[in-house]
Amino acid sequence: MNAPVKTSRFSRRALLKGGALTVGFALTGLRNDASAQGAAGAPRVLDTKEVDAFLAVNGDGTVTVFCGKVDLGQGLRIAIPQIAAEELGIGVDKIKYIEGDTALTPNQGRTSGSNGIQRGGMQIRQAAATAREALIALAAQRLKKTPEDLIATGGEIRPKAGGAGIRFASLIGERHFDLKLDPKAPLKNPASYTIVGKPLPRPDVALKCTGKTTFVHDFTLPSMQHARLIRPPAIGATLISVDEASIKSVPGVKIVRIKNFLAVVAEDEWTTVRAARALRAQWSEWSGLPQQDKLVETLRSDPGITDQTLVTKGAPVSPQPQNAKTLAASYFWPMQSHASLGPSCAVADVRADAATVWTASQGMHDNQTTYARFLGLPKDKVRLIYLEGSGCYGMNGHEDAAADAAILSQAVGRPVRVQWSRADEHGWDPKGPPQLLDITGVVGADGRILDWRTDMWIPQTTRGLLNIPLLGPQAAGLDNIVGLNTGLISQNGDPPYAADHIQVIVHWLKEAPLRPAPLRSPGKPANCFAVESFTDELAAAVGIDPIEFRLRGLENPRAIEVIKRTAALMKWQVRPSPGADTSAAVARGRGISFVHYKHTETYVAMAMEVAVERASGRIKVERVVCAHDCGQIINPDGVRAQVEGCILQTLSRVLMEEVKFDRSHVLSIDWSSYPILRFSDVPNLEIDLVDRPNEPPFGAGEAACAAVGAALANAVYDAAGVRLRTVPFTPERVKAELNGKAS
Amino acid sequence: MPRYRLRVNGSERAVDSSDADKPLLYVLRGLGLTATKFGCGLGQCGACTVLIDGTAVQSCQMTVANAQDKAITTLEGLGSAAKPHPIQTAFIDEQVPQCGYCTSGMIMSAAALLSKKRKPSEGDIRSALDGNLCRCGSHVRAVRAVMAASGQRG
Repeated sequence: MNAPVKTSRFSRRALLKGGALTVGFALTGLRNDASAQGAAGAPRVLDTKEVDAFLAVNGDGTVTVFCGKVDLGQGLRIAIPQIAAEELGIGVDKIKYIEGDTALTPNQGRTSGSNGIQRGGMQIRQAAATAREALIALAAQRLKKTPEDLIATGGEIRPKAGGAGIRFASLIGERHFDLKLDPKAPLKNPASYTIVGKPLPRPDVALKCTGKTTFVHDFTLPSMQHARLIRPPAIGATLISVDEASIKSVPGVKIVRIKNFLAVVAEDEWTTVRAARALRAQWSEWSGLPQQDKLVETLRSDPGITDQTLVTKGAPVSPQPQNAKTLAASYFWPMQSHASLGPSCAVADVRADAATVWTASQGMHDNQTTYARFLGLPKDKVRLIYLEGSGCYGMNGHEDAAADAAILSQAVGRPVRVQWSRADEHGWDPKGPPQLLDITGVVGADGRILDWRTDMWIPQTTRGLLNIPLLGPQAAGLDNIVGLNTGLISQNGDPPYAADHIQVIVHWLKEAPLRPAPLRSPGKPANCFAVESFTDELAAAVGIDPIEFRLRGLENPRAIEVIKRTAALMKWQVRPSPGADTSAAVARGRGISFVHYKHTETYVAMAMEVAVERASGRIKVERVVCAHDCGQIINPDGVRAQVEGCILQTLSRVLMEEVKFDRSHVLSIDWSSYPILRFSDVPNLEIDLVDRPNEPPFGAGEAACAAVGAALANAVYDAAGVRLRTVPFTPERVKAELNGKAS
Repeated sequence: MPRYRLRVNGSERAVDSSDADKPLLYVLRGLGLTATKFGCGLGQCGACTVLIDGTAVQSCQMTVANAQDKAITTLEGLGSAAKPHPIQTAFIDEQVPQCGYCTSGMIMSAAALLSKKRKPSEGDIRSALDGNLCRCGSHVRAVRAVMAASGQRG
């Protein structure tokens, strides 16, 4: 049943060295080339109701898995083959893998919301189960046995009682299944798993460590040209004139101007860099951004606000107990950049009647629709092929760079590679939106939450938006998406704890200061920062230990287990916060937070130990402990890597990150004006994975992000007695709080 | 067009460039050595780190003219899939990269460290890699890999 096991790195290392289970494609490249397209004679089926959309049995005994979700470094490239191989009954080394190609892979939706495994993977599991049952039925006819007497294993169907089997390839190699995906096809009993649950190495890792990966940045085509964009100095400015003579000193450059879209194109990348720097253009004035130091007031007073009650549970207690305490607090999370390490890049080859775009976007099939529109081509004539990029964690500039490349290729009639600059990426990637939350609560002396109300001010996603408005088509005056896309940023605004009365009210903003887009774990880092900080404030108000306070309000055993495991690893000492010595020159403390992601998915408890240096305001995170239950674990090392990434990336966001802007443009345009966490800032991480083989698998790429802010803020409060309610926790802000000034 | 002679991964390479200030980064990538990545062009992120005479250098900050007569090593020259450098082996064993964009630069910085200090402390490793930014959060594994590559188990 529920058998939580601690995974160990040791077992992974043993597997790596011993090669007990190896991955066939480890060092041979991972391109979607023709030879890897699976059933050679059979044309691709892309209808997700069909088994053939997901699987093809090849003549050589291998099986090709076609996955519409893409691997951005999060490990689907091994986890999905593990799922398929397990369910089919074949070695994972016999799986070939094709991802993210609109001509070859089915549309499984955008790779987002931490749903690669829980949706994409489960669809493929069900396809594999359907295929296995079909293979058994075929073999039963040939062997003159009943299906119940046969088993799929080692790439063949053989009698359970022993005797010769028939290989998958002999049954259906190079041919279609012609079979509807059966949502009720029986799944293997997890107790019999031999591949799912193993920490198999990710096949791309060895390639990345030896320089053999073709990132989209490295991809070239014959006669390909290089291009760079020239952005306006103010976000909404229009192009008045271009001084072509200004780049006379840089020969071999073509200037492409389409309305406000301005680019330089040349044979050589460095030439485009020089030309983009040298080119002089006159742009109109524009200063439509809000004043940054008044952003909170601007959000509150937005004239376009519409209110919506997201949650109401229970009823107010009346009358309230006499010793009940009422608290109110405001929390703010600023706009942040995806801050991808490599600026976005894409290659496009647009012909008169068809286009191919190579991109690292998470939304291949969605892009197919939107790109076809601005290129003026039928959707089925636009092919998008995924190539690895620099990690994007949502929608960074990948979609824009690919649109830029497509527009330019169409303009110059040759394949074009667009490489954004560092300032392009930081300045123009769509931003994680600002989030403002007010919370009021009433707590009884016994720690019972009597009343809770969250009000949040956040930009509203336009319904049914396939993409974000793209910079290139917008500047060029081409058909473009109109609206806002933030991701599901209103979730987890209510506490997961028992309360007599809970309300969550969202005040939707029609506009966002800067173009928004989903940023890893959209909205939840801010909402859980507010909710879990406020929970801590309630606990402190009634003098109850923060863990004890949370446990009193929880009944779900999985929630309780991650909290208890975290407490045990931390050797948590039960006492209320703050600690005894908050005025020490270096004050130390610990904090906890708990998140049930989207209230239905992964359970995360996270605790931190911090040191707060009073003189400088500097916070040093000394230790992070996290217990994580995402249900059935497909690949424990992959989950562990994702949890590590969630923690460190969000620590960076909480400690350091805020996009700065003036009335015209973004001021955070490089790593010095937008610093992120460095090696010297990185704490030790202790991660305890709870595996529940009999539960559905949930994602691990987002949930732990949501727990970081409050664990840190609560630890700072415990250490120094100050409550940080505005992100980022810069030394200046912490110092101001320590000195009793508002931040 | 002026010609520059470079020693890259043990081979002599002649490169023509009309611009003496062309950064080594673009020269290397033009030679097909694309493990070296463009991250900022400002010397801030470390994605383009290579070894110049054994020292870790950000190749976006060195001109082709200044790179002459020096031994240049890129990730491709450090080791191969068949014969990886011990740091590459350790990075693979520890499954360090996620997106992998920063990995080449990290490995080069680590190689420079180990060539100067056979048994670095964890603090030495963190400070040697401090100029290599990583957005995915592979830091903890990277430190563990460098410890392992130097025969120390963390």
